Amino acid sequence: MKHFYKSFALAIGVALAITGAASAQTKVGFVYVGPIGDHGWTYEHHQGLKAVERAFGNKVKTKHVENVSEGPDAARVVQQLARGGHDIIFTTSFGFMNPTLKVAKQFSKINFEHATGYKRAKNVSTYSARFYEGRHVIGLIAGKMTKTNTIGYIASFPIPEVVRGINAAYLAAKSVNPQVKFKVIWVSTWFDPGKEADAANALIDQGADILMQHTDSPAAMQIAEKKGIHAFGQASDMIKFGPNAQLTAIINNWGPYYVARVKATMDGTWKSGDVWDGIKEGMVTMAPFSKKIPEDVRTMVAKARDDIAAGKLHPFTGPINKQDGSPWLKAGETAPAGDLLGMNFYVEGVEGSLPK
Amino acid sequence: MDLLVLVLQGVIIAATPLVFAAIGELVVEKSGVLNLGVEGMMIMGAIAGFSVTLETGSYILGIASAALVGALSASLFGLLTQILLSNQVATGLALTIFGLGLAALWGQGYSGESTQALGKVHIFLFSDIPIIGPLFFSYDPLIYLSVALVIGVSWFLNKTRLGLILRSIGENHDSAHAIGYSVVAVRMAAILFGGACAGLGGAYLSIIQTPLWVEGMTAGRGWIALAIVVFAAWRPGRALIGAYLFGGVTVIQLHVQGLGFEIEAQYMSMLPYLVTIIVLVVISHNKTRAALHAPACLGKPFFASS
Repeated sequence: MKHFYKSFALAIGVALAITGAASAQTKVGFVYVGPIGDHGWTYEHHQGLKAVERAFGNKVKTKHVENVSEGPDAARVVQQLARGGHDIIFTTSFGFMNPTLKVAKQFSKINFEHATGYKRAKNVSTYSARFYEGRHVIGLIAGKMTKTNTIGYIASFPIPEVVRGINAAYLAAKSVNPQVKFKVIWVSTWFDPGKEADAANALIDQGADILMQHTDSPAAMQIAEKKGIHAFGQASDMIKFGPNAQLTAIINNWGPYYVARVKATMDGTWKSGDVWDGIKEGMVTMAPFSKKIPEDVRTMVAKARDDIAAGKLHPFTGPINKQDGSPWLKAGETAPAGDLLGMNFYVEGVEGSLPK
Repeated sequence: MDLLVLVLQGVIIAATPLVFAAIGELVVEKSGVLNLGVEGMMIMGAIAGFSVTLETGSYILGIASAALVGALSASLFGLLTQILLSNQVATGLALTIFGLGLAALWGQGYSGESTQALGKVHIFLFSDIPIIGPLFFSYDPLIYLSVALVIGVSWFLNKTRLGLILRSIGENHDSAHAIGYSVVAVRMAAILFGGACAGLGGAYLSIIQTPLWVEGMTAGRGWIALAIVVFAAWRPGRALIGAYLFGGVTVIQLHVQGLGFEIEAQYMSMLPYLVTIIVLVVISHNKTRAALHAPACLGKPFFASS
């Protein structure tokens, strides 16, 4: 009997030691839609993971799963991370929204963070960046620099995020060049370098001399470099793929947010919320402006960027009509957040119809 | 007219990886083996071609090693299915998954790098003819190689003794074995050839079409190549047409959108697959004719009883 007590106490001691060691480390999980090597969207989320590791060192243990397709597979992966005892899990693509919520319901002690979504729960936060502020800046540059007055736009899926980008870039380009036209091609994928390259070629063949993209690979940038035209980097700085072609890039900078949320989880102060930060907070940054941009244009867009950061300029400021001519914003009115988050229409002047 | 020429050029470039992969798989299937690992072999070829081209600066070395690595990946499949008699479907699927993973591992240090795209061949006088010049004589050498390969395979299968042996093994391996042909040796050769072609298809993507390495860059093209073989009813000429049709629908739908036609993009993306399904239904509605097209021993394991 004595032996029994001894071993029992020992077992408890060991168990306590194990749980003690486990709770000293905060486990952070990440779910990526693409490969880290995409040099775009997923790459930047992974930079965020690295920022977390740098900030907390041994106090965190991170785990990431890449190439997770949007759908039933996502729920399985999120669930696995949750079962694996992660304290906070970041799911970094729009299509992970419902799987994240489903799993979050079963694991009420775990904090979930879903990027670019709009559904929240007690333990599910959403966060996104105001990429459209960056789109405004590149729209201005494109409008000023196009010679054929044709801008090519490679779009992925007709979700509000992407539609907002097209509208923001178009309005900005139009404001400095009334003749400008946007050609939009939907490739129905986030990541297929071959198809993105085909789309880039098609746009150039149809007269576009500046390309914008809302897909994740640097293929379009390479085509622009090869054909001697200009393009803008998407999600990451793509200057390596287009040393002459890239005018600037919209960079997603998730690090500071991830560090703050992991910190809150450690301190027990984490609360569900919704964050939508932009240039001002540093969640969206611009790559250095190319020397190919004329001096006066560079000054103008740098000012626009700084005005956005200072809150003096809103890319969606009325009067703006919808594509069918019906009024959306009155003169001087800025777009309400709800309209922006659920944007499912083109603004007046954009050609073509929005896929449903 | 200029736009039309540009569109057709785009079609041929987009279709070439499919031509390579499909013609290789066609020979494999003609010998009676079903290798579902095309996607895996393609991506192995893509990373091999890209990394060697980047390290050595030589396109010829890059393309050769893509073919070699493709054949090596295929040899693994050959070893497992022909000698160890594992299930072909399962082994092929495993090869795809293995290839995608191994290529990602190999390519870790190469993402973010880029090479110069391989230039076009200028054919004296011919390249300068209006319309005909840009349409037929303005491509990189691999495109000509892909067409030559299709012609060569067609000649080999239909006009040579060895081609006849390969086909007879695909139709009835027991009879071929009884006459004294080495079923396993011929099938191994076909599998290696299929792997080399798939590797070339991958290299075309990573060296020429988009000279960069990113994980998963073949994006399902290996599966389309498999569909093209069935679509072509195992005939090389039709495989070429099938690949161009697939490439054509992909590229033309992009142009149609750019020109502002009011067609939903999703329908256009579906079109290549719809066409395949329709063709499959049409060629298989008559059971006897369908049986004539497909190699009779396709996918069946061969076990020499004596």
